[in-house]
Amino acid sequence: MTSDVRKIDVDYLARVEGEGEMHVKVVDGKIEDVQFGIFEPPRFYEAFMEGRPFSEAPDITARICGICPVAYQMSSVHAMEYAFGTSVTGQLRSLRRLLYCGEWIESHVLHMFLLHAPDFLGYESAVHMAADHKDVVELGLRLKKAGNAIVTVVGGREIHPINVKVGGFYRVPTKKELETLVPELEWARDAAMDTIRLVSGFTFPKVEQDFEFVSLSHPLEYPFNEGRIVSNKGLDIAVSEWNDFFLEEHVERSNALHSRIRERGAYHVGPLARYALNFEKLTPAARDIALEVGLNPVELNPFKSIIVRGVETLYAIEEALRIIDQYEEPASPAVELNIHAGVGHGASEAPRGMLYHRYELASNGRILKAQIVPPTAQNQLTIEDDLMVVLEDSLELPDDELTWLLEQSIRNYDPCISCATHFLNLKVERINTK
Amino acid sequence: MALPKLAVYKFASCDGCQLSILDVEDHLLDIASVVHIANFPEASREVVEGPYDLTLVEGSITTPHDAERIHEIRRQSKHLVTIGACATAGGIQALRNWKDTDLFASIVYAHPEYLDTLHTSTPVKNHVEVNFELRGCPVDKMALVEVVAAFVQGRRPNIPEYSVCVECKRKGTSCVMVSNGTPCLGPVTQAGCGALCPSYNRGCYGCFGPMESPNTEMLAAAWQGLGVTHRGLVDAFRGFNAYAEPFRIASDHHEALAVAGGE
Repeated sequence: MTSDVRKIDVDYLARVEGEGEMHVKVVDGKIEDVQFGIFEPPRFYEAFMEGRPFSEAPDITARICGICPVAYQMSSVHAMEYAFGTSVTGQLRSLRRLLYCGEWIESHVLHMFLLHAPDFLGYESAVHMAADHKDVVELGLRLKKAGNAIVTVVGGREIHPINVKVGGFYRVPTKKELETLVPELEWARDAAMDTIRLVSGFTFPKVEQDFEFVSLSHPLEYPFNEGRIVSNKGLDIAVSEWNDFFLEEHVERSNALHSRIRERGAYHVGPLARYALNFEKLTPAARDIALEVGLNPVELNPFKSIIVRGVETLYAIEEALRIIDQYEEPASPAVELNIHAGVGHGASEAPRGMLYHRYELASNGRILKAQIVPPTAQNQLTIEDDLMVVLEDSLELPDDELTWLLEQSIRNYDPCISCATHFLNLKVERINTK
Repeated sequence: MALPKLAVYKFASCDGCQLSILDVEDHLLDIASVVHIANFPEASREVVEGPYDLTLVEGSITTPHDAERIHEIRRQSKHLVTIGACATAGGIQALRNWKDTDLFASIVYAHPEYLDTLHTSTPVKNHVEVNFELRGCPVDKMALVEVVAAFVQGRRPNIPEYSVCVECKRKGTSCVMVSNGTPCLGPVTQAGCGALCPSYNRGCYGCFGPMESPNTEMLAAAWQGLGVTHRGLVDAFRGFNAYAEPFRIASDHHEALAVAGGE
C-alpha cells in the first residue's frame, strides 16, 4: 500500500477583515475534517471593560471593529438604555437608523466590489480588476463614498464615529446638513440597481444548505436596532432571553467563542438571514428587483449573498432618503438617563449579522460584567458546514482552484475576524493511502 | 522604473487604520499608480515577496509569535511606519498592562490554556526601529495619503505635532471647557482629527495620544475644578493611548491619589 499526501498551504486568507486558519483533510478522496480556526490575538474587551463607566461602552466597543463600529455603538447604547429603563424614540431613533444605513452601504459596497467581486471575475484584488473593469471599480468606490458620507455627517467620521452616546447624540445634525447628502444618494439609488443587475450576472456554484436563519424582526420595518430574535425554524424570543437559547463554546482551534442554538446547533446570521426573515419589510423597489434578478424570497445559496448585499444596499439608500425627507431637528440631542444598578441587553444588525451585548451595571453606572457576541463568531460553525458541502462537490478541482473556491466560500460571510479574531492559514491536506 | 513596493501588516487591532486606505475612495486607484501594492492581504490575494520599500504596520504586539514576526517584517522593510494608536502606543488592549492577564483570560474564555498570549500589549517601537509613527484611533485617512506621498517624494511627512486646541482655534470652535464646562483632553492631545469632538459639543477623548511635552497636571487641575475625581482622571488618561508615557504617568499618579483618598 502506498501513501500519497497532497497538501496545499495558503498562509493568509485574503480579502477578509482579520486573519484566521482553515484546515481541510482529505483521505482517499473522502473529507475527514474541516476546521475554520481563528487566531486573532485576544484583546480581552469584556475583561477590561469591567470597572469602566457605562458611558464609555459605545466608544470602547467601537474599537472592536474598524469596519462596523456603528454596530458596536448601537448594540451597546441599546443595552445601556435597557438597563436604565429608557428608550430613544422619534427623530433621535430615526437618526440612529440613518447612521446605520450609512454603515450598511459602505460595508456592503466594500465587500461586494473590493473583496468579493474579484472572486467571481477571477482577479486577485479590486486593483487588479480595475485594469480591465475600471468603470465597475469606480462605481463601487463612489457608492461606498455615499455611505461613508452619511456616517461622517451624522457620526463625525466614518471610522469610530464620535457623536454616539447612551441616550442619543452629542449634537444632532441640521436639516440642511442632511439635505446635502440627497443628490448623491439619489444617484446611489440608481447605482445600486445597476450593481444588483451586475452581480446577479455572475456565475454561482450550485450550493444550497438547509440553514437555520436567525435575525432580528420588527413588526414595521426591516431590522436595524430593535425587534425580537426570530428564526425560520421557530425561534421567537426577546433579546433579553439570548443566554437561555444560545450557547457560546470555547474550542481549541479558535480564539473566538463558537455559538450554537441550544440543543440544535449551527445557525446563520447576516444578509441572507435578514432577507429571508424580513423580505416583506423591504421597500417595493428592493423586493421587485430581487425577484427580477432571480433571487428566491428565501435564498439558500450562500454564494448569492453578494446579490442580497446589493438588495440591502438599495434598501438602506431608500431608507436613508426617507429619513432625511421626514427629518425635523429634535429639541434635545439626547434623553435624560436615570442611572442605577441593572442588567442591560442590546442586539442590532451589523452588516454581517446580529450583534448581541449584555452588561451588568453597578449603582454608580460602572460596568460589572460585559458579554459581546459578534456575528462572525456566530457564523463559524455554519461556515465550516458550507466548506464541507462545497468540498464534496468540488474535490476533482486542482489544488489552486479548490483553494480559491474555499476562500470564496468563507468570503460569502464577509467575515469580520477582528471582531472575533487574526491569522487565516488555509491548508488543504490530501492523503491517498491507496 | 519599477514602482516602490508597499506592504501592510496587521497585529492586534480592529483593522480600521488599514481600512482607511480603502476608504480613500477618490485616490485609491491613484495610490495604486504610484506604489505597487505588493502585500496587503485585506485587499488582495496577491503576495509579492519582499523586501518592501514602505511597510505600514497596524496593531500592537500581544503574542509571543507576533513579537518574533515584527522582527522579520523589519528585516524585510526599508521604511517601517506604524499606523494608529495600537501600533504606536499599544491601543486600548494595553489596559491589560495594569491587570492580571491570566485573570482576564479566565473572564472571557472557558479554556484559557488554549490561548497563547503575552501579559502586555506594547507598541511596535518597543520591539524594532520605527521610521515614522502616524497617530490616531483611527488615523486620519488624508494623513495616511500624505505619509505615502511623502515617502514617494523622499521627504518627511508633514504631520502637525501641536495640540487639538490649535485646531479648535483655527476652526473657530469655541472652547468646550471654558464655555460649557465640559472636560476636554484637547490641551494635551496631539492634533490630527480636525478637532472633531469639540465641534460636536463634546470634549476630546484623546484618540491621537499625547502632544509633544503635554502639561497633564495643569489639565488635571482644571478638570478637578470642573468636579472630576481622581478616578475620573484615571479613566480619561487610560483610554485608547493609555500606554503612551505621559498619559501612563498621569493615570498612575491619579490612581494612587484615588486610592489614598478612598475614592
